[in-house]
Amino acid sequence: MSRVSAWVTYLQVAPLTLVFLLFLVVPIATIVVVSFFDYNTTQIIPAFLLQNYEELLTSPVTWRTYLQTIEFAAITWLLTLLIGFTVAYFLAFHVRSATWQTVLFLVCTIPFWTSNVIRMISWIPFLGRNGLANMTLLQLGLIDQPLEFLLFSDFAVVLAYVHLYTLFMVVPIFNSMMRIDRSLLEAARDAGASGWQTLWNVIVPLCKPGIAIGSIFVVTIVMGDFVTVRLMSGGQTASVGLMMMNAMSLLQYPAAAANAVILLLLVLFTVAAMMRIVDIRKEL
Amino acid sequence: MNRRRGPAFWCLAAFFGLFVLFLYGPTLTILVLSFQGPSGGLTFPMNGVSLHWFGNLFEKQMVGDFAGSLRRSMILGVAAMLVTVVASFMAGLAFRTRFRGSTIVFYLAIASLIVPSILISLGIGLLFRVLGWEAAWYSSAFGAHLTWTLPFGLLIMFAVFNRFDRRYEEAARDLGATSWQTIRHVVIPILLPSLIGVGLFGFTLSYDEFSRSLYTSGTFNTLPLEIYGMTTNVTTPVLYALGTVTTGVSFLVIGIALVSVIVLRRRRARHGSDAGKAA
Repeated sequence: MSRVSAWVTYLQVAPLTLVFLLFLVVPIATIVVVSFFDYNTTQIIPAFLLQNYEELLTSPVTWRTYLQTIEFAAITWLLTLLIGFTVAYFLAFHVRSATWQTVLFLVCTIPFWTSNVIRMISWIPFLGRNGLANMTLLQLGLIDQPLEFLLFSDFAVVLAYVHLYTLFMVVPIFNSMMRIDRSLLEAARDAGASGWQTLWNVIVPLCKPGIAIGSIFVVTIVMGDFVTVRLMSGGQTASVGLMMMNAMSLLQYPAAAANAVILLLLVLFTVAAMMRIVDIRKEL
Repeated sequence: MNRRRGPAFWCLAAFFGLFVLFLYGPTLTILVLSFQGPSGGLTFPMNGVSLHWFGNLFEKQMVGDFAGSLRRSMILGVAAMLVTVVASFMAGLAFRTRFRGSTIVFYLAIASLIVPSILISLGIGLLFRVLGWEAAWYSSAFGAHLTWTLPFGLLIMFAVFNRFDRRYEEAARDLGATSWQTIRHVVIPILLPSLIGVGLFGFTLSYDEFSRSLYTSGTFNTLPLEIYGMTTNVTTPVLYALGTVTTGVSFLVIGIALVSVIVLRRRRARHGSDAGKAA
């Protein structure tokens, strides 16, 4: 590469890099620094204290909230994986015409481009006390009292997660499946594999990169979530994100920052574990 | 894959159908319910059909500042779209050669995707507070949105350039085009459908962004923040009317993007590539 073209390359990548430095790296560094600060009811005071971490890690509430968040992430991961894999499998291997494949794939992806908050709200007329689900069940005589657990519960939170984020599984898994050489499947069949054996021993291993990418998306989003938990649990369930929000609203910025650092470490640790399965750069 | 469609196909097709119903059902419900009569409530039955709640939306005192927040979100979305398209395209060009630091920039983009949104929001909010700057939707929130739209744009550009045939560029250069002319008259026209796709990502991701706006938008709300505020204190179908309008805007944008891509494809099928004809 000549000197001039090296300069051009750096200029080309500069705007993007600048945004990441200013609005990702510096803010995260700020969080880390502020997490060691002192604070009182009105202001934050520059200092180097471990007190914020100490208070956080010795409180049983913190541990319970983290466990709750991890539980949500695990359940959502499992459900989105099962549903996402099945949907992608249908699209990739059972829809034969390329046009239909594109159309059905678009049908799946369009909701991604609409507002999450609206999509959560739209469960109210379904799940509410007088909602469609309860009305139908009452009329069918399956229940004689409206079910209370449908809306504003952990059930509703998980339902909303699955509703919002299954797509993040469908897209990368579908992408992996479309790259599978179809002659491998024929070879498996010729060698006497049943449909299930082909699925489990050929397709699933070849989909691992897609599964890993989808899992990274779903798990990191759920771990940092607070909107869904807040809206769908009706304030009855906690999450790490909500815990931070509460600290922020009490102006306890250093406490929120310390919590943020711990969450960040947890997320990075999880992602690093998943990255062992996949080399993201090779997948593009 | 047998030629005949077996029971496995129909089971999977039914599953897929249910999944699509699950995706769209709730949104369709609030679409219907937003036309609720003036005395109607948040659930069925419909008490008549009216546009009452849509009118209600534009009365300022009822629901806060809907018109203002919609305008702000639109401006922000368009700005994010433009920056995302330009910056990711440029970065995509740069990443075709391995330059020093390319791995770092790549992992910054990945980090920007996987670091939870609330941390970015919190970080930028704290940064502005520490520096004594005023957070505003057009500065801090704009930057926060870019940390979400740019990685998507960059990853799409990677995929696009991997499938791009460099011989077109070489041909242009052999014919005496400067590098700027090559980009302007060859690369951009060929990649235009993908650039529209990146623009679609840029606009809608910013337009719908909630978490990253929370501590960064300052005094004036963007639309998702406004909607979120409403969910806690509004208990009339005006909430659904807002949902319908917002979703309508999203669908309009998706529609425009899809139609322009289809039109471009058709034109290309008829005339061959436009590349080189613009001069």
